[in-house]
Amino acid sequence: MNFMIHANHLLVLFTISTMLSVLWFLLSLLSLLLLPCLRPCFPAKGSLKNKKKIDKGTYVVGEEETPKELQRELMPRHVAVIMDGNRRWAKQTGLLTSQGYEAGAKRLLEFADLCFKLGINTVSAFAFSTENWGRHKIEVKCLMYLFQRYLKSKIQFFQSKEIRVSVIGNLAKIPESLLRTVHELEEATKSYKKKHLILAIDYSGRFDILGACKNIVKKSEQGLIREEDVDETFFERELQTRCTEFPSPDLLIRTSGEQRISNFFLWQLAYTEFFFSPVLWPDFDKQKFIEALVSYQRRDRRFGSRL
Amino acid sequence: MAELPGQIRRMSGGISQLIEQIYGFSRRCLFRVISMGPIPSHLAFIMDGNRRYAKKHGLEDGSGHKAGFSALMSMLQYCYELGIKYVTIYAFSIDNFRRQPEEVQSLMDLMLEKIKSLLEKESIVHQYGIRVYFIGNLALLNDQVRAAAEKVMKATAKNSRVVLLICIAYNSTNEIVQAVKKSCINTSDNMEAYGNDKHEDRDSDIEGTDMENQEKRIQLVDIEENMQMSVAPNPDILIRSSGETRLSNFLLWQTGNTQLCSPASLWPEIGLRHLLWAVLNFQRNNSYLEKRKKQL
Repeated sequence: MNFMIHANHLLVLFTISTMLSVLWFLLSLLSLLLLPCLRPCFPAKGSLKNKKKIDKGTYVVGEEETPKELQRELMPRHVAVIMDGNRRWAKQTGLLTSQGYEAGAKRLLEFADLCFKLGINTVSAFAFSTENWGRHKIEVKCLMYLFQRYLKSKIQFFQSKEIRVSVIGNLAKIPESLLRTVHELEEATKSYKKKHLILAIDYSGRFDILGACKNIVKKSEQGLIREEDVDETFFERELQTRCTEFPSPDLLIRTSGEQRISNFFLWQLAYTEFFFSPVLWPDFDKQKFIEALVSYQRRDRRFGSRL
Repeated sequence: MAELPGQIRRMSGGISQLIEQIYGFSRRCLFRVISMGPIPSHLAFIMDGNRRYAKKHGLEDGSGHKAGFSALMSMLQYCYELGIKYVTIYAFSIDNFRRQPEEVQSLMDLMLEKIKSLLEKESIVHQYGIRVYFIGNLALLNDQVRAAAEKVMKATAKNSRVVLLICIAYNSTNEIVQAVKKSCINTSDNMEAYGNDKHEDRDSDIEGTDMENQEKRIQLVDIEENMQMSVAPNPDILIRSSGETRLSNFLLWQTGNTQLCSPASLWPEIGLRHLLWAVLNFQRNNSYLEKRKKQL
């Protein structure tokens, strides 16, 4: 009798444990199937880190989701960049200088594309300074040829992405072929409004201000303006950045560790936040850019008044 | 027995004086060593962080600026000892007028007090033979401050050893516009004189050339000459305290090739180590910059 009761208990226990094992097995199977759908709801820090490792150097196609560390409403409207370090990068990686510049150009397009996806309206890049004419003649020729070839080949790219491209600078000394390509590109993209890429070629902040001064003199000689009309707002509209609604960058990034403006925008940088990165320009990927944006969003911009 | 506290006080006073002298001596030795390399000729400071300092230490509102002033005096002393000839400071921006009226007033009162103190015999001006300039739109200041500033400029006009440029009621964009206006006026005056000389020739070709010549007349050098800051060369180093990395409308024209430093310390906490770090960095980059200048 006792034996029968024990046997009964054992059978019940065995049945229950088998049922529980089967249930557990089924639940595990179900969770394995559903896990890819569940992950976005529970973005644990560890999983985000892994995501970053996979994404290193690659970009998500289509609209960019705002990264977790950033706030969409605090994005800068205009980001300027001094693309320094291409030659050093080429030397480090054992490539030719021209290949360094190519990598830099490629990086610029990726950077601009990323900016626009994150909701940044205007991107300006310091491609060639008036002071760069002092470099070796062959290097300068190579750069000019690279600009011409790259810009010509990307006209369709800019059109498909609806990016307006403007080129600012002296443009008096650049080769005819490049000038023609610049005009062609500006003509082909002038109707786009939401995304604007400004390339500064043969540009100098001081010459920009001098140019504005000459415009003002011309206008006053023609009787179009009086001396009293000339104030800071008026002056800003005579600078070469009049092609954009937001002439003043909110954020300036300079790569390769140099902490100087090197005669890029001068007037326009009055209230701009600077971010100096030690990374060389061809290595300035999405991760580094997000670091710069995080630093920018943390800053307290007081414009001289409130605390 | 009653003399003992007095003796102890005299001794401790003497010891602290001795320590100060030893510190000063070792600092000057250090500067001698550093000046074997290139020394910047012009240093600019944006003295940011006084209000945050007062908040941090629970002081009343105006004390942050007073602490900032003492820090400034020390920094000037170090700069002039090191052999830096020009020092520019951003004392008050035109944007700062938008602050609370009480704060603006207390700042003006503090500036008036300190500007007057520059004329005293024990002041740093006489110690180092400083020539003082006040740069900015002085018409925006109240009469007392403006009068005191003009008095100091006049009194120190003969000094030539070192120069202190105090930017007060200053905005770089304002400075540029004023310089542009002056250049335009000078150009039209020159053109009038030119036109008077040529009034016999009514040939249209000559008129066309006139327009070209007029455009060519305005060069960079014309605008530069009319800048208020033309009394000093461009800054070699610009130091902004409190960790912010922006220019806030300070010396935009002049800092095209200036090395920018932004130590995290608030202005009243700034010390010798920040200056040394900036100068050492300058020395490291200097050879590259000299090469670039030669290329031009």
